[in-house]
Amino acid sequence: MSRRFTPKVVTGNDLREGDVIYLTADDRWTRHHHEAELIDDEAHAEIRLILASQQTGKVVGPYLADARAGANGPEPVHFREAFRTRGPSNYFHGKQAAQPDA
Amino acid sequence: MYTYNEFDEGFVRTRVAQFRQQVERRLDGSLTEDEFRPLRLMNGVYLQLHAYMLRVAIPYGTLDSAKMRQLAYLAERWDKGYGHFTTRQNIQYNWPKLPDVPDMLDALADVDMHAIQTSGNTIRNVTADHFAGASADEIEDPRPIAELLRQWSTDHPEFQFLPRKFKIAVTGSPNDRAVTRSHDIGLRMVRNATGEPGFEVLVGGGLGRTPMIGQVIRDFLPKADLLPYCEAIVSAWNTFGRRDNKFKARIKITVHEMGIDAFRDIVEARFAEIRPEFSGVDQALLASIEAEFAPPAFRTAATDAFDARYASDPVFRAWADTNLARHRAEGYAIATISLKTPGETPGDATADQMRVMADLAERYGHDELRISHEQNVILPHVHRADLPAIYDALKAAGLATANVGLASDIIACPGMDYCALATARSIPVAQQIALRFEELQLEHEIGEIKIKISGCINACGHHHVGHIGILGLDRAGVENYQITLGGDHTETAAIGERTGPGFAYDEIVPAIERLIDAYLDLRDGQDETFIETYRRLGMAPFKVALYGEEAQTGGRARAA
Ligand code: SF4
Repeated sequence: MSRRFTPKVVTGNDLREGDVIYLTADDRWTRHHHEAELIDDEAHAEIRLILASQQTGKVVGPYLADARAGANGPEPVHFREAFRTRGPSNYFHGKQAAQPDA
Repeated sequence: MYTYNEFDEGFVRTRVAQFRQQVERRLDGSLTEDEFRPLRLMNGVYLQLHAYMLRVAIPYGTLDSAKMRQLAYLAERWDKGYGHFTTRQNIQYNWPKLPDVPDMLDALADVDMHAIQTSGNTIRNVTADHFAGASADEIEDPRPIAELLRQWSTDHPEFQFLPRKFKIAVTGSPNDRAVTRSHDIGLRMVRNATGEPGFEVLVGGGLGRTPMIGQVIRDFLPKADLLPYCEAIVSAWNTFGRRDNKFKARIKITVHEMGIDAFRDIVEARFAEIRPEFSGVDQALLASIEAEFAPPAFRTAATDAFDARYASDPVFRAWADTNLARHRAEGYAIATISLKTPGETPGDATADQMRVMADLAERYGHDELRISHEQNVILPHVHRADLPAIYDALKAAGLATANVGLASDIIACPGMDYCALATARSIPVAQQIALRFEELQLEHEIGEIKIKISGCINACGHHHVGHIGILGLDRAGVENYQITLGGDHTETAAIGERTGPGFAYDEIVPAIERLIDAYLDLRDGQDETFIETYRRLGMAPFKVALYGEEAQTGGRARAA
């Protein structure tokens, strides 16, 4: 028996900037985890990942990362993914320093 | 200092031009990531957690002021105003944007620098003793050999697709400051019975998943045989290395599986085959390189200014006692600039700090700087008379931390704050340990101790050879830190032993404090260092300090 599927988001890094990006439900790439499409169906996740993998001019190394529903949209589950939503802990650099665009 | 000749200059410029086109083709969609990735890695460009990273080679850790200023310029122009010096004597920029990288590489080429072979399955940046050419205990400056190896290994057609990466370290001193025993090839200069200098050749050392101490493959190799012998080693491994399994591909596994004697036989046979092809061109080249590394014209001057300040200023004295090392020239000292201010990121320097160090080197230090594998910067040749002025300038730049070799002089890899391979963070752990010992004001009392932290099994933070090693792991989705004790990075190299179960992120600093408290209780007088106490008493009392008496006796009670 395969393990039960846990919800995912599609994520990777932006080709030009290297910044962490996420695939949205309407096929855009966003810099914000909470705007990502939360995928709870395994077959759909595969399809979304294939779509992402074809966009080699935009995203590098797309993969499926565990996520869960939160008050403002999907939240990361693993600490690595949580760090990716923020930036490093030794400097106020990366996403945490970027202007939140509403 | 070696200056590029026309060939070097042309080669590096051509590489940049090629890479510029490769980046363009990647951005316009003509190259896929699969096609582009090996090309960017050949030029030192990684994709990390939050951004790209550019790793620039600092061959054998040697810089002059012009190079250091250019590193500062890169940090300011294309990054976030700082750079990170690594355990491999490289510098890493954590935030470049891909379209900018070719310009960065061109700017590096302007000062004879590059990022070639700082990644990939090739021979990497050759590292050396950071006190090379300056230290009182040295037989000969090992850097000409390191430069020869750099030229030989750069774009060597036979060695561009090795089974895995390959690292060479070289020291000219019996006191090994280059961790030669943890390299694929370690070269330690020694003298033979007639007093002639040559090399003890070590092979198969390495940290990472399967840590191993290098073994002696030749106890004395004449200098003239060095290049063909290294070529024979790499060639033998290139043939027999385990390309079928990434985790078994390093030369340490080849040597381990084959046995050092069998491996030596293959190397010696290959050496006999290729030695005649080395007609002496390499030796002529070496002689010209040696001329470029001629020692500076050391001056003679009174040291009264130093002595007076030393006698009157306890803060200066503490810095001098901790951060200076013995120089081979009368009146001179080697000054280590600590990049380990408690609370700061080990190995990081801002562009302004880089410029201050460059200015000091130019003004007082015969225009020489070194980067150590311990992530500090060194002014290798400073006259004692100038030390008060140097110290004041360092202090004004936040660079006068007096902690070299002490508890807060921690090696830490980038860990999960940057590195895509990490399983846990290492920088904040280092920051907190350093701040804690600063707060306790115990560092000088504790004395010499090496704490080294890696954010994953790859061991870039050298944790296996730390007196206290810390390895960050992911245990079921939570950061967990394993401790090893008794590692040694010197000529008496040893791999540390695991203490037992790991500690959570918020438990690791108190755990380290308990270890050091235990040492202070157990040591046989002030002069016995942490590692000496550990060697005398073994693991048991430190385990009690970490896990409590019960954890120790519990197992035995059940067994009884
Ligand atoms: S030890 Fe691991 S986490 Fe640290 S820099 Fe090396 S690969 Fe990255």
